[in-house]
Amino acid sequence: MTDTNELLDLAVKVAGWANDGEQVEAYVARGNSTTVRVYNADIESFSSAQEEGVGIRVIVDGRLGFAYAGSLDLKVLEDTIGEARDNANFAEYDEFVALAEPDGVPFADIDLFRASLLNVPTEKKIAAAFELEKKLLASDPRITTVPMAIYADEWSEVALATSTGIAAWHQGNDCALSTYCLAVENGDTQTGFGVSVAREFEELDMDKAVADATKRATQLLGAKKPKSRRLSVILDPYVTASFLGVIGFPLTGEAVLKGRSVFANRMGESVGSPAVTLVSDPTDTRSLAANKMDAEGLASRRVSLIENGVLNGFVHNSYTARRSGTQSTGSAVRSMKTTPSVGCRALTLQEGTQSQDELMKQLGEGVIVQSVSGLHSGVNPVSGDFSTGAEGLMFRDGEIAEPVREFTIASTLQRMLSDVVAVGNDVEQLPSGLSMSVAIGDISVGGE
Amino acid sequence: MLESSVVQKVLGTALRSGGDWAEVFVEDRTSSSGRLDDGRIEELSSLRDRGAGIRVVVGDTTGFAHTADLSENGLRLAAEAASAVARSGGGGVKEVALSMQTQPVINDVVTLPETVAKADKVEILKRANGAARGVGNAINQVNANYADIRRRILVANSDGLLASDDQVRTRFSVTAVATGDTGMQTGYESTGFSMGWELFDRIDVEDMGRKAANRAITKLKARPAPSGAVPVVLAKGSGGVMFHEACGHGLEADAVQKNTTVFAGRVGELVASPLVTLVDDGTMGPEWGSFSIDDEGRPATYNVLIQDGVLTDYMWDFLRARKAGRETSSGNGRRQSYEYLPMVRMTNTYVLAGQEDPNEIIRQTPTGVYVAHLGGGQVNTATGDFVFGMTEAYLIENGQITDPIRDANLIGNGPDVLKNIDAVGNDFAMGSPGMCGKSGQSVPVGDGQPTLRVTAMTVGGTAA
Repeated sequence: MTDTNELLDLAVKVAGWANDGEQVEAYVARGNSTTVRVYNADIESFSSAQEEGVGIRVIVDGRLGFAYAGSLDLKVLEDTIGEARDNANFAEYDEFVALAEPDGVPFADIDLFRASLLNVPTEKKIAAAFELEKKLLASDPRITTVPMAIYADEWSEVALATSTGIAAWHQGNDCALSTYCLAVENGDTQTGFGVSVAREFEELDMDKAVADATKRATQLLGAKKPKSRRLSVILDPYVTASFLGVIGFPLTGEAVLKGRSVFANRMGESVGSPAVTLVSDPTDTRSLAANKMDAEGLASRRVSLIENGVLNGFVHNSYTARRSGTQSTGSAVRSMKTTPSVGCRALTLQEGTQSQDELMKQLGEGVIVQSVSGLHSGVNPVSGDFSTGAEGLMFRDGEIAEPVREFTIASTLQRMLSDVVAVGNDVEQLPSGLSMSVAIGDISVGGE
Repeated sequence: MLESSVVQKVLGTALRSGGDWAEVFVEDRTSSSGRLDDGRIEELSSLRDRGAGIRVVVGDTTGFAHTADLSENGLRLAAEAASAVARSGGGGVKEVALSMQTQPVINDVVTLPETVAKADKVEILKRANGAARGVGNAINQVNANYADIRRRILVANSDGLLASDDQVRTRFSVTAVATGDTGMQTGYESTGFSMGWELFDRIDVEDMGRKAANRAITKLKARPAPSGAVPVVLAKGSGGVMFHEACGHGLEADAVQKNTTVFAGRVGELVASPLVTLVDDGTMGPEWGSFSIDDEGRPATYNVLIQDGVLTDYMWDFLRARKAGRETSSGNGRRQSYEYLPMVRMTNTYVLAGQEDPNEIIRQTPTGVYVAHLGGGQVNTATGDFVFGMTEAYLIENGQITDPIRDANLIGNGPDVLKNIDAVGNDFAMGSPGMCGKSGQSVPVGDGQPTLRVTAMTVGGTAA
């Protein structure tokens, strides 16, 4: 399964089916995964999955058509390119629509594949999930239930070839332990989750996943709804990651071109506090979002978006770059079943110098937000308005105080960037990439 | 889709190493979609996926494998992988006799979308775009999306069940962006039904475009939402998602059996205001969450979950029903595709109409928030805490609906909110089509409710 040529050969073959005056791109992917779920000292389920498919783009006269099929069978590939060709007849002409072309930027020398992970015996994976559940149940007498303890790993490879001369290939694998638990005390129930992700089985940190889940659940016991007011907040690394997941949209070339970005026409201006340096860097191998190529087969590269609060750049794929009169930043993103769009890959903040404790001391009083819910429905990426359910811990005089829950935090993404007091140094490797604590000066807290 | 003799052999292979029960789920899925953005048709897409998922159950353990290879050999390999969990058991081949079940067809599809010319699909996108832009100069961007999906499934299990369904869904949505002195705002309108192209005899895409545009323009004048606890009136069809989140997920038997829901062990108890009767109904005509059979081959059913405030039952899939000693599931075993294990999922979840005049409910609310449309939401079933986004809402002042307010989340606690419903209108509407996410799987669900009032919910705005 690490035979590079087979998948790339297939992609190149399909790209070679381009007719005169046509551009063809084949994005061929396959992967497999194993998931072990343990509950009540029993294997609840053991799943093994194989996935493969191809997405084909055909461009004729500035018109794009796309088709996907969940098969690598040659006959199916022929049908699929025919379908994409037919779809292209119905799109409307756009002079900027074209496939990416080789741009001379070399691929970073990063290897995200670990053969050792493929060789981990199934028994060991199952044993890890059992141990996770056992340790979590034993971690604190108030932990009553562990609804799931999961070990999962996945491997995938992608080959991309175009009739414009691109031929690129990438593979990677990773594994994860994840769990959550219920803590009960005096009739109050709270939940906490813990996750550890890694590229190697041995790098999984089970004790940290257990400690995180226990701490999150037990710290919230007895939590009350706070009073509505404006407060300083510290976002936990997981919560920062959730915000990173939504703040990238207005920094894309697409949002700018289509009049949906609050940052349009603000290049070189201050859009955040000097503490904010925001980068998209898929070549940083510490990030699980790292990948040497983008979804159009161009080399990944570091893109500086906001530098010390000043808007410094946008991310582009080849279409948005062409239409904006600039170069792609290697920021095309896609799933196998869709055409490439543009996104901030491996988006993270430049880490600061203070720990979360030091941030608390600096702010004096506020709330540490440990989890948010409904951010996906509570943020309007066009207007920047956001509002989300939250829970966490109050702090006063720089010390942890009572737990709070069932409140909201609200602001606008623009305002929040300006209100960042400091970024923490507690960098964590999360499933979505790198993240850390962030201290924010002033946010509306809605409660009683 | 597959010869029943092949399915029989595969089930036999799956049980060879000692499983108690096995299932084969075959799916053939095709879909097409079109997107208009920035004034032009950007692309048309076609998707084709087919494969089989094989489940083997031994005791409380499930083995699962799936394959895109529907040849006898491909299926055999998947069956062997799924049965690896049962390796302790003892050999022999189990004979499985299959008998085809016929289920009532919930709704007939008149025009399969695959028979409709692509030019016609392009045309409706353009009409919606034109109508939205025609509303005013403030509209500077419009995105319109069309999608249809046809999902043919076949389910067979070692109890002898063999059933199939042909599920067609069609949806359409428009998002408009308006720009004014206060920045940018968006307006959204969507529809979706378990039907074919005849959807567009029922709805007017130009009207949808205008609605989305007007929403965006209205929001330009919106005031910041209040922050804190206020009375909330939900317009009919605006907020069924609240019940989906506030209690629906907590009434799914998988959460109940792990005791991770506040509703576990409470059947027969008053869990909501006596004004509330909540139903989950997979048989509801062409609604978005309807189907003839679920993804375990059981017919869809009409299930009363809460009757006059009293918890009557949970929702069940095969495994959870088996564990509870029930004869069958409630037709709520669903999965995103053949690549996933089924679990307990909702279908169309709604609150039945009550007695009161909806206008009177508003008049009798001195101050509060009137919700015209809710977006998606999320719940922690163990604590009951939930959240969802208001995408169109207004202030209520002196019993009158007044100014629009900006997007904000509403949060609450399921059991508390259910008890704090103090008025239920005599009107009713289903809401927009939803995609419900749970444990990484997304399935289409519907929701609905009459106009109703909650005495207090926390609004997450920024106004003091």
